Amino acid sequence: MKKQVGILVDTTQCIGCMACEDACADRWGFPHTDVHELSCEKNTVVQQYGQTYVARLCMHCEDPTCASVCPVGAIHKTAAGPVVYDVDKCMGCRYCVQACPFQIPKYQWNKPAPKVTKCDMCYPRQLKGKQPACVEVCPAQARIFGFRDDLIEEAKKRIKNNPGTYIQHIFGTTEVGGTSTIYLAGEDFGKLGFPTNLPKRALPKYTWDIMEKIPDYFVWGSTLMAGFWWLTNRKKKVAEYEEQLKRGNAEPAELEIKEQTSGGNDAE
Amino acid sequence: MLNNGVLSKIVYWFRHMTFWKSVLLVLVVAGLYSTYVRFVYGLGAATNLSDKFPWGIWIGFDVLCGVGLAAGGFVVAGAVYVFHLDYYKPIVRPAVLTAFLGYVLVVFALMFDLGRPWNIWHPLVMWNPHSPMFELAWCVMLYTTVLAFEFSPMVFERFHLHKAAEVVHKMIVPLVILGVMLSSLHQSSLGSLYLVMPEKVYPLWYTGNLPFLFFISAVAVGPAMVIMESFLSSRAFHREIEMPILSKLGKVTAVALAVYLVLRIEDMINYHLFSYLFTFNTEGILFWAEIMIGVVIPITMLVIPRIRNNKRGLYYAALFAVMGFVLNRMNVSVTSLERHYGVAYFPSWMEISVTLMIVAFGFGAFAWAAKNLAVFPESVAANEPARGESFEVVVIEDDAPLRGEPSFGMQAK
Repeated sequence: MKKQVGILVDTTQCIGCMACEDACADRWGFPHTDVHELSCEKNTVVQQYGQTYVARLCMHCEDPTCASVCPVGAIHKTAAGPVVYDVDKCMGCRYCVQACPFQIPKYQWNKPAPKVTKCDMCYPRQLKGKQPACVEVCPAQARIFGFRDDLIEEAKKRIKNNPGTYIQHIFGTTEVGGTSTIYLAGEDFGKLGFPTNLPKRALPKYTWDIMEKIPDYFVWGSTLMAGFWWLTNRKKKVAEYEEQLKRGNAEPAELEIKEQTSGGNDAE
Repeated sequence: MLNNGVLSKIVYWFRHMTFWKSVLLVLVVAGLYSTYVRFVYGLGAATNLSDKFPWGIWIGFDVLCGVGLAAGGFVVAGAVYVFHLDYYKPIVRPAVLTAFLGYVLVVFALMFDLGRPWNIWHPLVMWNPHSPMFELAWCVMLYTTVLAFEFSPMVFERFHLHKAAEVVHKMIVPLVILGVMLSSLHQSSLGSLYLVMPEKVYPLWYTGNLPFLFFISAVAVGPAMVIMESFLSSRAFHREIEMPILSKLGKVTAVALAVYLVLRIEDMINYHLFSYLFTFNTEGILFWAEIMIGVVIPITMLVIPRIRNNKRGLYYAALFAVMGFVLNRMNVSVTSLERHYGVAYFPSWMEISVTLMIVAFGFGAFAWAAKNLAVFPESVAANEPARGESFEVVVIEDDAPLRGEPSFGMQAK
């Protein structure tokens, strides 16, 4: 398998200069604002938790929930790693907004032809051989772009070399089956606004447990229904026939029965 | 000439204004204004939806409840055409009509909720079998087509196209089997929508049983809707189903609700919900309300023969089942998520007005069909004396008291 790219965010390094927010806004053509909340005009933000600045962006999950729930496949994970959105397919059901465990996809609520907006790890820039805009401008190397495997190695190395600085967990290595954006932190992730109740299992699997049974269910179920039809139909026919017999309107079907019971074929 | 006819009918409609007509008129005017705001200024201008609460009553009520309440169509058609329970034949038509109207209105409502409704056909060519929504799209589309076929004889007969009705009748068994399969799939898929959010849904409503719970509760509430309709249409146009059939239908609801209750108790044990059950926060109270109104009360009423065999009693039992069902769907789609998202969602007046307009369309269309098409047994008998085979008419010995009864208050006399 081709190696996938990712972004390592080291929250202990971030100085809160917001350069990434502006670079991201320029990349998308969004206005520069001082609102540090993800929205349809903000695909990355930096939020302050006490002394710590935490960058928010799409986690680019290994098995993305948003992509699995999209009925038309408007979101997909590219072979390279970024999870990207195609507005031409989208029908606007907002299941992705509802299902994302990190509440990343946002919606253009006030447009008559709205889009879903989310970070795409600057996939178009990557195709041109460039880094994501936010990574490129970061003066503190709080965001590093590279192959995910290498980033995990780097993160482990940082934890090992500075055991006092970091807690012993790389966020994104185990959560919901793993993410391509991974985080290092100096305090509990729960205190930095990260969801802490996420299962290790990729969320799409919870649905797939049921969905995968549908083709079999359809085949067996229809057959069973047809069988029920046949059985009850037969029962009804027999009942009608017996009713006729009682009234003396029909001949007993003796011949048929005799053929079956007194056949001498066994003697051969 | 045609214009004159239509025009004079419209003039007549407005000149003979009644209370319900004026209610309909108000709902439609308000609904149309909301429609304008929704499509010109976007979802945000018309609704209380946001990034923190992306699905509101247009999904929770219009779709989740609409599809579920229309389940009578496949339950009754399946019972009659697959299981040969001929006893229920007189209710096939009202049930199928409800289902057909229900599904058409659900698709109509979806056009409001979808951000890009002009792409509603995309699931046809852009496949993602991993998504329950994809499965829903296909099943609803196919099943609406099946229902159009099942419903079509009522229209054909109205225009005396007996050949066409005959052709549909010949295909009815495979059609109904297909309908039952598709229904069981998408009724349960509505529950599967929430399987992907184990970390968001409040524990009282999150269970791997969600698809089964959604299916069984739909089986329970479908017949309850048929009972309610028969009651209401007997008041409105003195057309109804005979009580013995409806009582028996009530038993179906009771049995389905009992199975449903067992599954929910199983969840309480498997997911260790007892601490949540006796925490009387909003979720806890609404959970108990849902269980009591939608399950315990209707089962209790329906197992008592004196209530079940009494028109008014049966009607209220069905009404409880339906209200509890609606509460359950609203709980799953709204209540269960509010805590996680940290917001309190309540629909805007525009969301409500669109929903009410759609419900009003449903009532109007049902009333029109009940008046003009051979939906209820005695009107079938009038239109179709020769075709007893395709539609059995239960002849009552003395139907005078039944027909003459203006309301059910008469029972007390």
